[in-house]
Amino acid sequence: MRTLKTAREIPIGALITEAGNSKDYKTGDWRSMKPIWHEEGCVHCLMCWVFCPDVSIKVENGKMVGIDYDHCKGCGICARECPRKEKALEMVKE
Amino acid sequence: MANEQRLAAMTGNEAVAHALRQIDPDVIAAYPITPQTDIVQYYSQFVSDGLVKTEMVTVESEHSAMSATIGASAAGARAMTATSSQGLALMWEMLHIASGYRLPIVMPVVNRALSGPINIHCDHSDTMGALTTGWIQIYAESAQEAYDNAIQAVRIAEDPRVLLPTMVCDDGFITSHGIENVSLLPDEVVKGFVGEYKPSKFLLNISDPVTVGPLVLPDYYTELKFQQAEAMKAAKQVILEVAEEYAKISGRKYGLFEEYKMDDAERVVVVLSSAAGTAKAVVNQLRAKGEKVGLLKPRVLRPFPAEELVAALSGAKAVAVMDRAETFSTQGGQLFTELRAAFYDAPKRPLMRGYVFGLGGRDTTVREIGKVFEDLRGDLERGSVSEKYTHLDVRV
Ligand code: SF4
Ligand code: SF4
Repeated sequence: MRTLKTAREIPIGALITEAGNSKDYKTGDWRSMKPIWHEEGCVHCLMCWVFCPDVSIKVENGKMVGIDYDHCKGCGICARECPRKEKALEMVKE
Repeated sequence: MANEQRLAAMTGNEAVAHALRQIDPDVIAAYPITPQTDIVQYYSQFVSDGLVKTEMVTVESEHSAMSATIGASAAGARAMTATSSQGLALMWEMLHIASGYRLPIVMPVVNRALSGPINIHCDHSDTMGALTTGWIQIYAESAQEAYDNAIQAVRIAEDPRVLLPTMVCDDGFITSHGIENVSLLPDEVVKGFVGEYKPSKFLLNISDPVTVGPLVLPDYYTELKFQQAEAMKAAKQVILEVAEEYAKISGRKYGLFEEYKMDDAERVVVVLSSAAGTAKAVVNQLRAKGEKVGLLKPRVLRPFPAEELVAALSGAKAVAVMDRAETFSTQGGQLFTELRAAFYDAPKRPLMRGYVFGLGGRDTTVREIGKVFEDLRGDLERGSVSEKYTHLDVRV
């Protein structure tokens, strides 16, 4: 659980004073369904990365390495687009 | 020592227009509406004559006027507008945005009855409805006060402890179009008093970028409203400090309210704006007969100076609170109900009754206010109020 700031700690008037701050806004707690990645079934085609609307597919050196659950909203687009289907990405109830 | 001032005969609207000219804000976005119209008209003339540097934005409605003023203010400009009645009503959703974003916009409002039925004359139904919009509200009895309040409002709104938009109200036609003697301060004195506007964060500052107006969900909305409420509390002290400084340059003293012959007053009328002038005449007449009567004229309604009003009225035995607008709560006008609530914890409570008066420009003369003092006399003799709230001068 993230810690929330107090009224005296936040800028007045709902100003956002730092640029590039959307990573601080954890949208992961909106989720009701959760994608589970099975590395053994994945062919690293990165279709999931292309389609994820929340930049929540983590990629290193051209390979899928996992899911950023802080921001993944559980829309299921990755699992739908995955050519390996349940073998690589499966949606489960949160 | 007060400055050399120019005494001139002018209407309230002209006096307010001169205050705005002397303030010379960066942006004015406004739409004309009776009875505010000549403020905008005079100001357009000042712009055309090159007397001000203001960017004047002529918009197609008051919703746009307030929106453009908000945009300019968020961008970092000292921005103002002015309105009345339906114009204020059309601004409604934007009023909350100005206060929610903490933009120190100053807006003269020339009070006029709301439609329907359509009516262009004075009552306070427009700004009374706006009491919960998060704006500071300051009311003027005369053209002089309207001028003085407009200048002080800039300092109040922009104070870093406050940063809230501020309405400066005066009575439509009675004050806005009546000609009075007004003392104008020299331009450079007003400019020195209001100073340069230096916002700490603003959109056009590319070296310190900010986002204005993001979505705020249940996790932070409460904290932001709490901040606004705290700022409104802080405004009370700031209003008094600014008034004290203003007295030094003008010789005219202001407070949260004015007490007129209140020292030993037993029967007191509480009334805002121009009707207070009429009430003063009645107090003078009754005082000449040896009657212990007084007047309390609130100047600031937001923040509501509850403790101070209770203290000022604690010596009174019977109080009549006069509201120039209906609330339809069936419990009386806004000022009446708020003042009664303020007395809830007071150890000593005077008899208190409310009147709704002067609607849609109905003349309220010494005769009607004399009747109010008579009603209070009856209440005192009886030891209770004959009617909690009533409409003054209504044919039934
Ligand atoms: S779409 Fe499926 S197979 Fe392709 S990288 Fe993503 S999880 Fe692996
Ligand atoms: S479920 Fe939606 S948000 Fe989460 S990783 Fe898949 S595509 Fe992205």
